[in-house]
Amino acid sequence: MANVIELKKINKIYGSGQFQTHVLHDIDLEIEDASFTSIIGQSGSGKSTLLNIIGTLDQPSDGEVWINGMRTDQMNKKELATLRNRTLGFIFQFHYLLPEFTAFENVLMPYRIEHGSAPKSAVERANEIMNLVGLEKVKNNPSGKMSGGQQQRTAIARALMNEPKIILADEPTGNLDSDTTEIIYNLMREINQKIGTTFVVITHDRRIAEKADRIIEITDGRIVMDI
Amino acid sequence: MRLAFTIAVRFLRSGRGQTILIAIGIAIGVSVQIFIGSLIQGLQIELVDSTIGSQSQITISNKLDDALIDNYDKLEQDIDDNYESVRFVSATADGPALLSLDDDSYSILLRGLNFNIADGIYKITDKLEGNLPAKEGEVLIGTELKEEAEISLGDELLLLSGEGKRETMKVTGIFDLGVANLNKSWVLGSLPTAQNFFNYEDKATSIEMQLEDVFAADTLAAEIQAEQAGTLTVDNWKDLNASLLSGLNGQSVSSYMIQVFVMISVLLGIASVLAITVVQKSRQLGILKAMGIQDGQASLIFVFQGLMLGIAGAILGVLLGLGLSYAFTTFALNPDGTPVVPLYIDPGFIALSAAFAIVVSTIAALIPARRSSKLNPIEVIRNG
Ligand SMILES: Nc1ncnc2c1ncn2[C@@H]1O[C@H](COP(=O)(O)OP(=O)(O)OP(=O)(O)O)[C@@H](O)[C@H]1O
Ligand SMILES: [Mg+2]
Repeated sequence: MANVIELKKINKIYGSGQFQTHVLHDIDLEIEDASFTSIIGQSGSGKSTLLNIIGTLDQPSDGEVWINGMRTDQMNKKELATLRNRTLGFIFQFHYLLPEFTAFENVLMPYRIEHGSAPKSAVERANEIMNLVGLEKVKNNPSGKMSGGQQQRTAIARALMNEPKIILADEPTGNLDSDTTEIIYNLMREINQKIGTTFVVITHDRRIAEKADRIIEITDGRIVMDI
Repeated sequence: MRLAFTIAVRFLRSGRGQTILIAIGIAIGVSVQIFIGSLIQGLQIELVDSTIGSQSQITISNKLDDALIDNYDKLEQDIDDNYESVRFVSATADGPALLSLDDDSYSILLRGLNFNIADGIYKITDKLEGNLPAKEGEVLIGTELKEEAEISLGDELLLLSGEGKRETMKVTGIFDLGVANLNKSWVLGSLPTAQNFFNYEDKATSIEMQLEDVFAADTLAAEIQAEQAGTLTVDNWKDLNASLLSGLNGQSVSSYMIQVFVMISVLLGIASVLAITVVQKSRQLGILKAMGIQDGQASLIFVFQGLMLGIAGAILGVLLGLGLSYAFTTFALNPDGTPVVPLYIDPGFIALSAAFAIVVSTIAALIPARRSSKLNPIEVIRNG
C-alpha cells in the first residue's frame, strides 16, 4: 500500500546557542494509507512536536516531510493552509471548537473555509457525519455548552467534513472519563475501517494503543519501538 | 468573504458588551462632529447673512471723471442675462445732500433706487411703516432719522444739494434696515427723483448686485470686470471685509481641528479595542488556521468587524447628532422664539461625517487585522 506520510531524517531543535533543545533526532517514518497508528511515549519525549510537524503546523529544523505525495517542508503559508484544509483533519485534547458557533456550524467550518458558503449537499453531508458520531440530537447546541465527550465527537465530525486522507489526534481523550474514551476510540476505529481515513493518534493509554494496527513508541526524540 | 463576514458577526455578537461600547464610542464621536460642524456652519451663515445679507455684494462704480455710469440699463440687462448666479442687479443714483429742518440741518445720503429690484437686496419692505414712494418727489427715511429730527409720515422735507439746488420731498414711509448708521443717513427715493435732484440726467452712480452664493463674489466680480465693466470698477464684499473673512476662516479651521481630533481619538479607541479582541480570539484564530483558513481571510474578519462597528456607530451617531441639534434648536430659545444657537443641518456634511467614521473604523481595524494574519496556530495549539 502507498504511504500517505513520509518523514525523512527529521530533526527538530528549539532555541539557539547554549539554550538549544534537540527534541527530535533523525526520525524516519512511513505511514500507510488507511492505517491506524498510535504514538506513545513519556511526557516531553516529542510526540506532539512530531505530530505538529506531520500536520504542517510546525516546521522541522531539518529533513523532509511528505504528505500525500507532496513535500510540505518547503511550501509557503498559503499552500500549507490549503493542504491542511483538504488533506488533514485535527483532533486535539482540548477540543478547540469555536464557541461562537453551534456544533453543526463547527462541523461545516472546514467546508466553508474551502468554499465560502455551504450548499445543500454540504449540509446533508454534515448531517450524515453528525449522525455517524451520534450527535444528531444536540447538533444545534452552542458548541461550548456541550459535554466533553460531545465536544470531542463534534471535533471528530469536523475533522471528517472535508474527507481528509489523514486525521491527526493529539491525546483526543486526555481529559475524558474511561467510558467516554472507549466510545471515542471505537468511533475513530469505525471511521478508519468504514471510510479508510488514515489515523495517527497520540495516547498515554497503552490499553487503548494496543487496539491500533501499529504502535510507535518515542523516547527522547527517537523511535524506540515500532510494532 | 462570506465566511469572514459570518465569523466577524459572531465575534461581535459574542462580545456584545464590548461591541456596544465601541459603537457608542464611535457614535459619540460622530455626533460631536455633526453637532460642532452644524453649529459652526450655522454661526457662519448667520454672521455672513447679518453682515452682507442685506447689502450689495458686488458693486460697479465709476472711479474716473464724473463718477457716473452711462447706459446703465444696458449693463444691468447684460449682467442679468449672462450671470445666472446673480440674484438681483439694480442700478442706483446716490448723492450727498443736506436735510434742512427748522434750525437744524442733517447731512444725508439721497439714494435713488429701483424699488422693485432693490428691495430684493435691502429688504426695505420687510419693516416698512407707510408706503414705497409712488412718484417723483416722494421719499422714505430711516427710523433713526425720524427719531432724531422728529419727522412724521407725510411731512414735507427740504433737501439741499451741494450745487445749491433746493427741493421739497414728501415722506411716504419709514424704513428700518437694522443698521443704525443707515437708518440715520439714508433717504430713499425713486431713481428719477435722485437723477433729477443731482442733475445726473439719464445716468447712475452704481450698479449693485446680490448673489446666490455670497462666497463666489470675488470670482464673479473678476469675471464681470473682465467681460462687462470696461473702465468701470467692480468691487466685491470679500475685498472690503477681509477681517470678517479671516475670522470665518479661523473658525472653520478650528472646527476642522476639533473634528480631526475627535476622529483620531475614535480611531485609537477602535484600534485598541480590536487589538484586544485579536488576543481574546487568538484561540479561535489558531483553530481556524489549523483548519486551513488563509491569512487574508483571517485578517478580513477584523476588517469586517471594523466596518460593521463603523456603520453601526455612524448610524447611531447621526441619529444622536441630529437629536442633539434638534433639542438645541427646539428647547434653547431666545425670548423672541429664535434658537440661541443657529444650527445649519447640511445633509452632505452629515453624510461625509458618517462616511468618514466608517472609513476610519475600517482603517483602525487594519492594525489588528495585520496582527491576526501573523498569528501562528502552533502557539495556540501548543499552549492549550
Ligand atoms: N517552543 C518550544 N521551545 C522550546 N522547547 C520546546 C518547545 N516546544 C516544546 N519544547 C520541548 O520539546 C520537548 C517535546 O515536547 P512535546 O510537547 O513534543 O512532548 P510530548 O511528548 O507531546 O509531551 P506530553 O506527553 O507531555 O504532551 C519538551 O521537552 C518540550 O519542553
Ligand atoms: Mg503532547
